[in-house]
Amino acid sequence: MPAYYLEALTVTLGFIILLAEAFVPAKNKSLAGLVGAAGLTAILILTFFSIGPDSKPDAAWAEWPLWNFYQFDSLARFYKILALLTTALVLLMAVDYRKILARFTEDPTTEEGTGEFYSLPIFACAGMMWMASAKDLAGAFVALELVTITFYILVAFMRRNVGSLEAGVKYLILGALSTGFLVYGIAWVYGSTGTMSLALLPEKIAGMENTVPLLFGIALVLVALGFKVGAVPMQMWIPDVYQGAPTPTTAFLSVGSKAAGFILLIRFLTPFLGESSPVRSQVLTILLIIAGATLLYGNLAAIPQTNFKRLLAYSSIAHAGFLILALAAWQPVSGNNISSIEAVSFYLATYLLMTLGVFFILAQVRIHRDGEAITDFNGLGKTNPLLALATTVLLAALAGVPLTAGFIGKFFVFSLAAEAHLWAGLTVAVIAAAAGFYYYFKTIRAIWWIEPSDESPIALPIISKISIGTLTVLTLVFGIYPYPILQLLK
Amino acid sequence: MLILLVALPILAFLAILLGAPARLTAVGAATINLILGLGSIFCWQSKAWEFSLQVLEKPAIHLAFGYIDGMSLVMVILSVIVTLAAVLSGKAPAGSEKLYYGSSLLIAAGAIGAFASTDLFFFYAFHEMALIPTFLMIGMLGRGDRRGIAWKITIYLGLGSLVLLAGLVWLASLAGTFDLREMKDAAGVIDPAAQKGIAALLIVGFGTLVSLFPFHSWAAPAYASAPAPTAMLHAGVLKKFGLYGMLRIAVPLVPDGLQFWLTPLLVLLIGNILWVGLVTIAQKRLDTLLGNSSVMHMGYIFLAIAALIAVPENTLAAPAAIVLMFAHGISIALLFGLADRIERSTGSLDLSDMGGLAKSAPGMAFLFGIAAMASIGLPGLANFSGEVLVFLSAFQDYTPADGLGSVQIACILAIWGVVISAVYMLRAYRNIFQGPAVKSTENAADLTLVDHIPAVLLIIALLAVGIYPNLILNLLNVVKL
Repeated sequence: MPAYYLEALTVTLGFIILLAEAFVPAKNKSLAGLVGAAGLTAILILTFFSIGPDSKPDAAWAEWPLWNFYQFDSLARFYKILALLTTALVLLMAVDYRKILARFTEDPTTEEGTGEFYSLPIFACAGMMWMASAKDLAGAFVALELVTITFYILVAFMRRNVGSLEAGVKYLILGALSTGFLVYGIAWVYGSTGTMSLALLPEKIAGMENTVPLLFGIALVLVALGFKVGAVPMQMWIPDVYQGAPTPTTAFLSVGSKAAGFILLIRFLTPFLGESSPVRSQVLTILLIIAGATLLYGNLAAIPQTNFKRLLAYSSIAHAGFLILALAAWQPVSGNNISSIEAVSFYLATYLLMTLGVFFILAQVRIHRDGEAITDFNGLGKTNPLLALATTVLLAALAGVPLTAGFIGKFFVFSLAAEAHLWAGLTVAVIAAAAGFYYYFKTIRAIWWIEPSDESPIALPIISKISIGTLTVLTLVFGIYPYPILQLLK
Repeated sequence: MLILLVALPILAFLAILLGAPARLTAVGAATINLILGLGSIFCWQSKAWEFSLQVLEKPAIHLAFGYIDGMSLVMVILSVIVTLAAVLSGKAPAGSEKLYYGSSLLIAAGAIGAFASTDLFFFYAFHEMALIPTFLMIGMLGRGDRRGIAWKITIYLGLGSLVLLAGLVWLASLAGTFDLREMKDAAGVIDPAAQKGIAALLIVGFGTLVSLFPFHSWAAPAYASAPAPTAMLHAGVLKKFGLYGMLRIAVPLVPDGLQFWLTPLLVLLIGNILWVGLVTIAQKRLDTLLGNSSVMHMGYIFLAIAALIAVPENTLAAPAAIVLMFAHGISIALLFGLADRIERSTGSLDLSDMGGLAKSAPGMAFLFGIAAMASIGLPGLANFSGEVLVFLSAFQDYTPADGLGSVQIACILAIWGVVISAVYMLRAYRNIFQGPAVKSTENAADLTLVDHIPAVLLIIALLAVGIYPNLILNLLNVVKL
């Protein structure tokens, strides 16, 4: 099956759910979410049977000019899987979160207004999948906008909630600004190289003498993609938007949007980081500065946070810092060491498990304790010991405690930085990890050491229970045996 | 086979989580582990103990266990002995049995995993895994200001581990391997400038975990607050991870770097022995006294390591350090176990309002006496063998014509520590067990038969090694094929 079917199927699924949802009675709107998640899972399975033109060069479709804009390799497949998995889990999370969604939409007593929430993420997912296959800056831009515009709606979805609306406006303004940066940057890159194709860029830039316009373009694009992944200097929106947006949207932003941003970053940067690239060292310097600033900002600003969702927002910035550090310590594929691309992809895959797990838990805490502060986790160890154990494992994984998947991700980043002799970056990363250890354990402390204010145990819906359990176990399994994820990248 | 020793406590932990009777499961797992561990003495060189599973290709990392040499074996045996003693002593507060025994098992699994790993990655990872239940136990079931103390140990050890991690990653990237056995061959390739940096990171990292002066302030309050099994396992076993790491990794791989930091290290370890020793004398409660004494005794082991750094050919220093690690691990576990028992009998650990306990609880007085004597270093008990070996090792390469070297001067100062130990231990013994009985000790219950088991187990180990230190020394001399 040619790979572009995947995006086509995803968009079709989105339309079907969007149309069919109108005929689903108000009390059964969550059915749309379940069907959506099932459909996405089916498409996820199909990714393993998809092929690019290289696998079947004599097929008619292999000749299509589409392949100038679209590529399919193991990396594309990996990020498509991440996007599909994230979206399916976000839909499931939305199903369990529907009470809160209903409270702040059309009619608080029914679920009438929640239906669209199950189809919109699927469109964003199609955009993310396309970003994973980007081969041309124009195509990448369109895919990215599909994601961003969908998110404008998803962030502001709870329209009777001031926080959600405020988040929506902030996201819209900064998102539009970053779009401007992106287009302007692409224009400079095109102007200085004469091509928008990422495949042609290496030969166009080889031997280039005046690299200033090109670097200017690259810097602008980096700023714009920094908005997607949550890197300095475009990180300002993250805490407010994360806090205001509905929790499933926040989870989606934090995982899906970040992963898509990173694959695009990788696709965009690869040509400029090749051996023959004249701008290699400058680009690496820019990346190192961004990584250092992001690490420091995300981790240090997270320390005083008292709202758990806001804490996760800063932690999301912090993780972006680690990921960019891995890119700044650029190590091409092959050789005896892990490559930057593998490290970033592995990190994102584990980040998906941990973060979505934590958001599932947060969504339930929000419903049962009616709050999202760290104090709402007080005494969880007393009321729900197993849930508390899962939360501890996931938070410890985010902090990078060994024998969890989070540690291996960080370990890759540290060894890449050491390999590249980025001592300054490594020092900042150690400080950042130390700060991370502090603020994640602050929540673990609340869970175990502090008496609960509300003694009633949190009753988990079945979907959340299974999802949290699976994500926690996978976090531990990949922490000891990371092989399968790396195998998927081959 | 060695993986069994690691897996068994973890499986027992899961079983407890799923509803198995907590104490019974924990004691059962610890007993099987003890039998397996002691049994392995007779066949530890066999390949059957090895296990290896590659979990990462680049860099090559293996989930691998095995006895690298006699040192791993001694540490594993120390772990299994103390684990059984720890789950046997102490009493779980009602309703917290799962946490109490489950955490103890996890700490034990982490410690055994670290000592049995032949891969740097898992060597580090298992230790870290053991820290989390330690934090949780102190935070939830500790005495006194448990939250503040638990938070302090979390931050201290978390930061120490991170510094250590930085050093280890740096080291591994230069050595080009994570296999602890292969690493030794890389000893020559690390350039001196990098060695200095790595050595500094390792001294601070391992040092924080071992409560090397001045990174020691977490230890005494943490042990004083911790529930008995946690204090026994952490002070007795888990803390030895840092010393084991110094001997296993730092000394062979970055000898020149350590040499550069030798003088500061000597000053710090004297700080442990004399400064913390004096602080220990000033303690008014038995639990903080024991906590501080445990910090103090780390100085002796560091002295042996310093002697090894100063003269890498020193044949006595490494065995001395290992014997003392073993002896200290057993004796401090015994002391913490008994202190907890005293508190449960009398309701107090305050040295000033106790006395005459020997009359109402002679069994306790006898056992505590042995433990205190061991801690002071009375001949016939294992600590004596260890301390004498340490002092001898510092002078092994001493030629009177050259005058005293820095290690010898440190050793002469360190010997005064023995006097300090005698002062605080005997004073504590007198205050608690002798003199007129007071209200709290008048009707205190003595040890029951069950209470004797862990104490006697530990005392047998102390006596055996004390009378015949070759039990351990013979294991260390064998070159593994």
